[in-house]
Amino acid sequence: MFPNAFDYAAPTSLDEAVDLLSRYGDDAKVLAGGQSLLPMMKLRLAAPAWVIDINRVPELDGRRESDDALILGALTRHSAIEWDRDLDADYPLLRETAALIADPLVRNRGTVAGSLAHADPAADWAACLMALGASVTARGPQGDRLIPVEDLLVDTLTTSLELDEIITGVTVPRPAGRAAAKSLKLERKVGDFAVVGVSLQVEVGSGGAVSRVGIGLAAVGPTALRAREAEAVLMGRPLGPEVIREAAALAAAAADPASDRRGSAAYKRDVVRVFVERGLTAVQHRLADGQALGA
Amino acid sequence: MALEITESRPLGKPIKRKEDARFVRGQGRYLDDIKLPDMLYLALVRSPYAHARITRIDTSRAQALPGVRLVLTGEDLAKMNLAWMPTLAGDQQMVLATGKVLFQYQEVAAVVADSRALAEDGAQLVEVEYDPLPAVVDPFWALSPQAPVLREDREEASNRIFHWEVGDLDGTERALRDAATVVTERIRMPRVHPAPLEPCGCIADYNAARGHLTWYVTSQAPHAHRTVLAMVAGLPEHKIHVISPDIGGGFGNKVPVFPGYVAAIVASISLNRPVKWIEARTENLTSTNFARDYHMEVALGADRDGRVTALRVSTVADHGAFDAAADPTKFPAGLFSIVTGSYDFPVAYAAVDGVYTNKAPGGVAYRCSFRVTEASFLIERAMNTLALRLNMDPAELRQRNFIAPERFPYQSPLGWTYDSGHYAATLQKALDIVDYPALRREQAERRARGELMGIGLSTFTEIVGAGPSSTFDILGIKMFDSCEIRVHPTGKVIARLGTRHQGQGHETTFAQVIAEELGLTTDDVLIEEGDTDTAPYGLGTYASRSTPLAGGAAALAARRVRDKAKKIAAHLLEVDEAEVEWDGQNFVAMGAPDRSVTMPAVALAAYTNLPHGMEPGLEATYYYDPPNLTFPNGAYVAVVDIDKGTGAVTVRRFVAVDDCGTVINPMVVDGQIHGGLTEGFAIAFMQEIPFDEDGNCLAPNFMDYLVPTAVETPHWETGRTVTPSPHHPIGAKGVGESPNVGSPAAFANAVIDALSPLGVTNIDIPLFPWKVWEVLREHGVAE
Ligand SMILES: Cc1cc2nc3c(=O)[nH]c(=O)nc-3n(C[C@H](O)[C@H](O)[C@H](O)COP(=O)(O)OP(=O)(O)OC[C@H]3O[C@@H](n4cnc5c(N)ncnc54)[C@H](O)[C@@H]3O)c2cc1C
Repeated sequence: MFPNAFDYAAPTSLDEAVDLLSRYGDDAKVLAGGQSLLPMMKLRLAAPAWVIDINRVPELDGRRESDDALILGALTRHSAIEWDRDLDADYPLLRETAALIADPLVRNRGTVAGSLAHADPAADWAACLMALGASVTARGPQGDRLIPVEDLLVDTLTTSLELDEIITGVTVPRPAGRAAAKSLKLERKVGDFAVVGVSLQVEVGSGGAVSRVGIGLAAVGPTALRAREAEAVLMGRPLGPEVIREAAALAAAAADPASDRRGSAAYKRDVVRVFVERGLTAVQHRLADGQALGA
Repeated sequence: MALEITESRPLGKPIKRKEDARFVRGQGRYLDDIKLPDMLYLALVRSPYAHARITRIDTSRAQALPGVRLVLTGEDLAKMNLAWMPTLAGDQQMVLATGKVLFQYQEVAAVVADSRALAEDGAQLVEVEYDPLPAVVDPFWALSPQAPVLREDREEASNRIFHWEVGDLDGTERALRDAATVVTERIRMPRVHPAPLEPCGCIADYNAARGHLTWYVTSQAPHAHRTVLAMVAGLPEHKIHVISPDIGGGFGNKVPVFPGYVAAIVASISLNRPVKWIEARTENLTSTNFARDYHMEVALGADRDGRVTALRVSTVADHGAFDAAADPTKFPAGLFSIVTGSYDFPVAYAAVDGVYTNKAPGGVAYRCSFRVTEASFLIERAMNTLALRLNMDPAELRQRNFIAPERFPYQSPLGWTYDSGHYAATLQKALDIVDYPALRREQAERRARGELMGIGLSTFTEIVGAGPSSTFDILGIKMFDSCEIRVHPTGKVIARLGTRHQGQGHETTFAQVIAEELGLTTDDVLIEEGDTDTAPYGLGTYASRSTPLAGGAAALAARRVRDKAKKIAAHLLEVDEAEVEWDGQNFVAMGAPDRSVTMPAVALAAYTNLPHGMEPGLEATYYYDPPNLTFPNGAYVAVVDIDKGTGAVTVRRFVAVDDCGTVINPMVVDGQIHGGLTEGFAIAFMQEIPFDEDGNCLAPNFMDYLVPTAVETPHWETGRTVTPSPHHPIGAKGVGESPNVGSPAAFANAVIDALSPLGVTNIDIPLFPWKVWEVLREHGVAE
């Protein structure tokens, strides 16, 4: 429970932070909320020689909205989203997901970008942001590049970031039609990572037919997954019990869980089915009740 | 400003806990808050293997690290004859391993350094080479002749530690043969851990010039620890000062002596500096004890009317690598023989075989009076199975088998004399609170709709307050307890007891007992525990023994004070002692109610105005050896709903009606019940320390060993019946452990009740959602 000795730097600009990363490379770790990095260091599973604390980099704070997207600064905390009801109008899935993460202590410190960079397959943001088709902006010595979340997550605890790249923000596209969303998470207790997590958002056109849908799955694969075939079967059709059941079965088939102390692979796959069915049904009701964007 | 609690006649009142003023402000003083000048820190090197020969230990790199002051290995300790230490259960345990390691995370070397972090760095530099051996994980395999014998230090070439049995085997077998119905079930109580928020630790502060050791330690039994230390380390007992500071939860975890303690003491003596050792969470969960781990097999015979005719139990008890259970010496399986519970069974037999495996040592009484939770879980689960077989309502089955109120004092077939109880009334009260008939109607309606709702009962009886000197000792020391009361000239009291609270509220409840006896308020009485230089000798706090023993001692010591006070009152009232009456608050001259003196007035006179020839002062000590144990009991009802899609169980209601005899403080009792029910809930639904086939511990931290938060914890409804103990000075029975003992079976019975239409009679706890889901799928139930 005591980390190895390390050096600490607290840059005050993005350039300085990127500089430090290029200088120390493999020996350095970025510190954002510290809710994943510090436990790893305390267990001596991670032992960086340098900790680069980005909490004083002003460019990484705050968020802005453009016509077609919401851009979250890398230091956006889980709790900042959890408590911002204004987001519900255009981005209903964000608060749904934030509230399910860990406990209030972790949510006050942990950051959205840190969660993505950590690439824990059971993390809640990855499934949510995949479902929304979000991307991250990464800054390195060569400048900025935009990486879709699906391409960022390569494997368990592995991303496509270069050693000297920092995520500066997360871009979430704005829905074009009426949208409703639902996040479901099976956890053994509050503060636990998901046994199974499902985050989904559905947009419908004027006739009520599905015009866009994202279904993200957490904890049922080496990374968060997107249930593409389940999404495809819903496209262009109005939500109803039959197509929902069909989609739920396809989502379960897309899941690739491992058996462990949280349950067998068969169990987790079935919970995906149950949650996708419950989630889509809830979304159908929300859309019908007018509790959705543009209603 | 401290809260003033000026209420007179405080016994039975919900007085706010005096200790909370400091605890809620973060002003408690726990072991890790204590920092002594020049203090060093100790870290332990632990085995990655469950079973391996140690072929080489190289400490040179650790020793070369600047800031490292000492590295100890088992070989170093062997030179001092301290490589092994005795356990409370009469076994011996390695302090630092020599030869081979017997469980993963076993203590192999100790590194002492200027800071905790440096000590950890040093520990990382100790090189240990191991030659792995096959691990013995399954206790049944351990008992087979082919299994390797784990303990080479013992003469007996077997992994069996003990065979213990009680009752009438022949009579039981006969009754089972003749029974109209016999049910059998395998009931597993898995390995769990008490997991107090504060782990175990100590600071050893040896002063060579004085030949004196001050030992701050997270101890539930500081006096016993001092004696053990004197015996083991050969230090004179009067030169060992044990201080048990505020304790952040014990639950049995802080009764034994641990290798880290011994290592810290040796290091302090070697270096002549204070040395602190305190566990990290993983060390606590993996090495300093566990609880339960009983594999039980039960047979219950019954006649056509559902009257039980015989009970037979056989148990394999997994004790891990060393028998470090903290049971009274004559009881290798604790008080498991309370397994006949609240029922009037004509004949019974129970056997327990203790077994060594390659797992952490222990077998502590986790919030229970030595294997009472195991016994209670077994009989309450078995009664549920019998009710299912007989197709009889489980409440009705219990009512038919309860020990009737007129049978007390009741002689149980396994040898105990129950003091008092009214089990039928206690159950009826619980059933009334939940409206049991309405719940059963609702359940029938829901079942018709395909919903899964269950109602579970547990009507348990505990045995606590160990214990009478005729039967109970630990390493020969009789299990009495004590209280010393000093009344100072202004009528203020300091009372010290041989117990050591860890959150139970002694500073309030014992003040209430003493204030009640002396006509004072709770604020007039300061309770102190945990310092062996000041407190009278006692065996400590565990097994719900504080109120039955120290509480009795407190009342009796106070009565001794009052006896002397009466003489002084007679002097002040200028009447004969026989003419003085105690009205509960004052001494009154008989026949002249306007002439009275208060206790503070008497106290002042004890120092200023004594009758001729009387010894000055006003104090008394009582060492209380109880005539019997006490038998708290209760009736618990759990109501659950099951999510067919995920297997998750929601506890919709939980009613706990407890009978702990006289209630000293109903708020404190409710607090104890709430805490223990929360633990029982965790044991039933989320806690287990499993091992893989190589003996690797699979729940070594709070990510894998789950402790519930307020969010998961159900709402608790409490109620009480009061059947005082006839032999206890104030009729109290002890209550701290009842909810942990009684509740796991209620939860399990409720889940099984929900699934019983599918033919399910047993699922092993913990009832993880996936387990329930698997049962549902096996029976073709899906969302
Ligand atoms: C008890 C507990 C329970 C938890 N439960 C959940 C849960 O239920 N669901 C869930 O989703 N999460 C959970 N978490 C994780 C939590 O959400 C973390 O906050 C998150 O995973 C990491 O974010 P962070 O800001 O704390 O990152 P840090 O811990 O600071 O960093 C994590 C990793 O990301 C890198 N990193 C951080 N920021 C950047 C950046 N801008 N650019 C490049 N690399 C970066 C770091 O170098 C490090 O490797 C839990 C954590 C704890 C301690």
